[in-house]
Amino acid sequence: MEAGSLTPRGDRSVLERSPRERAADPIFRAVLLGLGLGVLAIILYFFIKLASESSDAFSKFGVLGFTFGADWDVSRLQFGAWPLLFGTIVSSAIALIVGVPIAVATALFVTELCPRRLRAPLSILVDLLAAVPSVVYGLWGFLFLVPHLRGFQQFLADTFSFLPFVGGTVAGPSYFIAGLILAIMILPIVSAITREVVSRVPVEHKEAALALGATRWEMIRMAVLPYSRAGITGASMLGLGRALGETIAVTLVIGNSPSIGKQVFDQGYTLAAVIANEFGEAANQPLHKSALFAAGLVLFLLTLAVNAAARAIVQRSERGQRAAPAEAAGAAPAAAVGA
Amino acid sequence: MSSLPPVSARRLRTDRVMRGLLGAGTVAALIPLVLVIYYVLLKGLGALSWSFFSTDPTGNFLGDPGGIKSAILGTIEIVVLASVIAIPIGIGVALYLVEYGKQGRLAYVIRYFVDVMTGVPSIVFGLFVYVTLVVGTGYAAWKGSVALALLMLPIVARSSEVVLLLVPDSLREAALALGTPRWRVVLRIVLPTAASGLVTGALLSVARAAGETAPLLFTASLVNGTNFALGKPTNSLPLQIFSDVQQAQDRLQQRAWGAALTLVALILLLTLFARLLASRRTV
Repeated sequence: MEAGSLTPRGDRSVLERSPRERAADPIFRAVLLGLGLGVLAIILYFFIKLASESSDAFSKFGVLGFTFGADWDVSRLQFGAWPLLFGTIVSSAIALIVGVPIAVATALFVTELCPRRLRAPLSILVDLLAAVPSVVYGLWGFLFLVPHLRGFQQFLADTFSFLPFVGGTVAGPSYFIAGLILAIMILPIVSAITREVVSRVPVEHKEAALALGATRWEMIRMAVLPYSRAGITGASMLGLGRALGETIAVTLVIGNSPSIGKQVFDQGYTLAAVIANEFGEAANQPLHKSALFAAGLVLFLLTLAVNAAARAIVQRSERGQRAAPAEAAGAAPAAAVGA
Repeated sequence: MSSLPPVSARRLRTDRVMRGLLGAGTVAALIPLVLVIYYVLLKGLGALSWSFFSTDPTGNFLGDPGGIKSAILGTIEIVVLASVIAIPIGIGVALYLVEYGKQGRLAYVIRYFVDVMTGVPSIVFGLFVYVTLVVGTGYAAWKGSVALALLMLPIVARSSEVVLLLVPDSLREAALALGTPRWRVVLRIVLPTAASGLVTGALLSVARAAGETAPLLFTASLVNGTNFALGKPTNSLPLQIFSDVQQAQDRLQQRAWGAALTLVALILLLTLFARLLASRRTV
């Protein structure tokens, strides 16, 4: 009777917790909130620190003068980041051009075409590409790809010399090799997200296309691709964000020459690679160090912009897809094109 | 019964060509995997021996280059400390987002910044740790761990959030209805229910961090000898590979392949273990 009684014991009910016990909840909440706010503080501090460290370079050369200056010469203390920015953009663009079609093809093949038994093993194999560290890709690119692809690069340069930005004598390490390595590195992430997006296409849309007499490819083209276009775009942008910031593998295969290449088979440099290579020697030269921080800040802002765009696209496509079943329930698959 | 009109030859041809292309794309995606694994095995196996694992790099340009003992132990030391920092904080942030923040404005901001953190290039984290911790006091293992932790934290937080959202609300409500305080619900009901998923996310972030080179370049640095002092410069596998591959010497490049094989094997084991856990997940 005593134990289960609801009668007041002293001045509070037995069901009521002691003040000390009640304090535990707010404390727990405050600790977790503190962790969350800590993350905000770190990122803000990170940004402020980066900006203040790079202010010397920006005030000496001007923000635009630094970012788009064409001369990066350590011995004359002349720092213009355009050759690096250019190399970053070109190598990442090559990565997208080579990597995205292959990644999307893989995702479509795995989800729509291959026998069900092969689905899981193939997905795991593609995902394994992400488990290889970037320094190992760099090692492989440097000691295998660069020497073995010299002839292939020269062949491409000669054959397609009518294109702008192609032709002439190839260097061993180049934008092209860096782009290839980056393509391999973004493949798993782009492919995994695309697989996810494609598998969310309502089965009714696909069956409707097949019932209307579409072949498998026509079904993919008319029902699957329009529905997942935004998601695939977002996946590619996330891959791009990854490629822009990749450091070690690129450092080993791009040649590290701070000049603006005339063609894709020339040697180049990237923002991330210049930091990795020159930071060690820059510690005693304040302007050089500041210029490298400025390069880091430019790189950070570039990836930030690309990632923000990617997230916006993916989120919009997710909202569109959640709304789609309601409005497109009875409609033909083509109705999803606008979604 | 009327039969369907036959599909035109052109459409059939397109279908077959496109299917072939999609299949070819899949093969193309697997070629680099096969080539990388093949070459790492081919060149790396030749470098492995007992002394390879049991001696430190000598740093001599001539003669015996030594093994990678300090690099293996250093990597383990740095990554373990990074995990100790990043995993509890990451799970804590995820708990705040799922249990308290929910769809509120603050939670939205925190989520956004965690996403921003995911996108920061790893070398830039290296720079950040250099200016905040290394300047004036020198390289140290724990500073490398902090740089890796910054990289792991958003991965852990986002993967944990996804897993915690899967814990059914009915479990929380049942516990709360029995009079359990909120913090006990979280620690005794939510976390154990989501445990295997949390471990999977954490292991994948560890695998990611173990292969990172860039954040360690200006934080933990590259040395030859083994040491367990967290306050001293410490060797690591990725940096050892990075440094060896740039030397135009066969013996050093050979060591780079051997170290690469060791690193890939370590990371694959971690990844496979994480996937195995994920596939047995109950939540």
